[in-house]
Amino acid sequence: MDGFHDLGGVQGFGKVAHAIDTDSYKPVFHEDWEHLAYGLMFLGAAHLGKFSIDEVRHAVERIEFRQHAGTRYYERYVIASATLLVECGVITQEELDAALGAHFQLASPARSGGRPAITGRAPFEVGDRVVVRDEHVAGHIRAPGYVRGRQGVVLHRTTEKWPFPDAIGHGDTSAVHQPTYHVQFDVKDLWGDAADDGFVVVDLFESYLDKAPAGQAAGAPARPSRQPVAA
Amino acid sequence: MSTHAAATATPTPGQRAWALFQVLKDKDLIPDGYLEGLTDMMAHQFDPANGARVVAKAWVDPAYRALLLRDGTAACAQFGYTGPQGEYIVALEDTPTLKNVIVCSLCSCTNWPVLGLPPEWYKSFEFRARLVREGRTVLRELGTALPDDVAVRVWDTSAETRYLVLPLRPAGTEGMAEEQLRALVTKDVLIGVALPRVA
Repeated sequence: MDGFHDLGGVQGFGKVAHAIDTDSYKPVFHEDWEHLAYGLMFLGAAHLGKFSIDEVRHAVERIEFRQHAGTRYYERYVIASATLLVECGVITQEELDAALGAHFQLASPARSGGRPAITGRAPFEVGDRVVVRDEHVAGHIRAPGYVRGRQGVVLHRTTEKWPFPDAIGHGDTSAVHQPTYHVQFDVKDLWGDAADDGFVVVDLFESYLDKAPAGQAAGAPARPSRQPVAA
Repeated sequence: MSTHAAATATPTPGQRAWALFQVLKDKDLIPDGYLEGLTDMMAHQFDPANGARVVAKAWVDPAYRALLLRDGTAACAQFGYTGPQGEYIVALEDTPTLKNVIVCSLCSCTNWPVLGLPPEWYKSFEFRARLVREGRTVLRELGTALPDDVAVRVWDTSAETRYLVLPLRPAGTEGMAEEQLRALVTKDVLIGVALPRVA
């Protein structure tokens, strides 16, 4: 989903409000309600078993654009859990409105039913040059937009497998389990000279990738690739 | 017709959270002690002191260091530092020419059991948008200026791998015991935005 949440590389933001080693990390929760955000999320996901954490991420992504920009971090997880609990029939919008004494704005409905993983292919190997599939997905996906269509090098294939987010993020509990790959990109290949030198490694599910064709691929950056840093 | 965000921003975040809590409580869906137990785990058991213990041991024990880099999950499990949001752990080894830094551009994913819950600045739109694209600039603004011959490698936590940075052991710590070394490894060092500093 090409939503507000997909922030990697977006320009116009100011400085990060932090100086190293200055903030105390305690207390972890600053206000008396903040523990409820993850607490009620786990209640719905783990205790009641009504949804997956992937669906929570997708519900956060579905928060309307302007509301998303204006909400605080923990607030978005309260809205997401409330949305999912209403969608799966545990609670109702009317009950939330009554408890709040105002309209409880939930996230927007999903615009997609999700999609299955690609199966039947050979796994990729460390050192392979891969390309992120150039596809737009209306539902949940865990590939940030900035690597779409770009080439990188595999540094690691996980020894475990997990349900495909584009399926489990829509409640498909039959989602295929796949490994993920740590794929390293040259930052200059992603944003040209409007970026710092360096590398970015993205943890990508197998279904997001194809093996890069030999030679210059369509959609690949025109500049010659730099030497990747060894894993 | 309003096109302004204020139309949806009237109730406070806390009011929304307690409203959801109340609806669930009225339906008797929250077991006694459930939220208290989770909160204790998130606020007290998940702590960057855990990651500091892992790093300090890796600095003094070559066999443990090798395990940490080969199988981070097993190395952290030796201390019991695995759990929710820390089930597949990979340690990122800094070298004299490479600085690793962690972000989650899509939300806030963090290795909770080892690093503790993420701080506000890590979850900010600014850090999420900028680090992947201008890592060296962001680090300098935060207070970590790196020489040009040190490459910045940003790890975007976009699936189930949860990371910690294994920084270089700083000069001047040759005589330090493992317990003293732990104090040099802050939460920001584990995220990768800071270098361990000898006072």
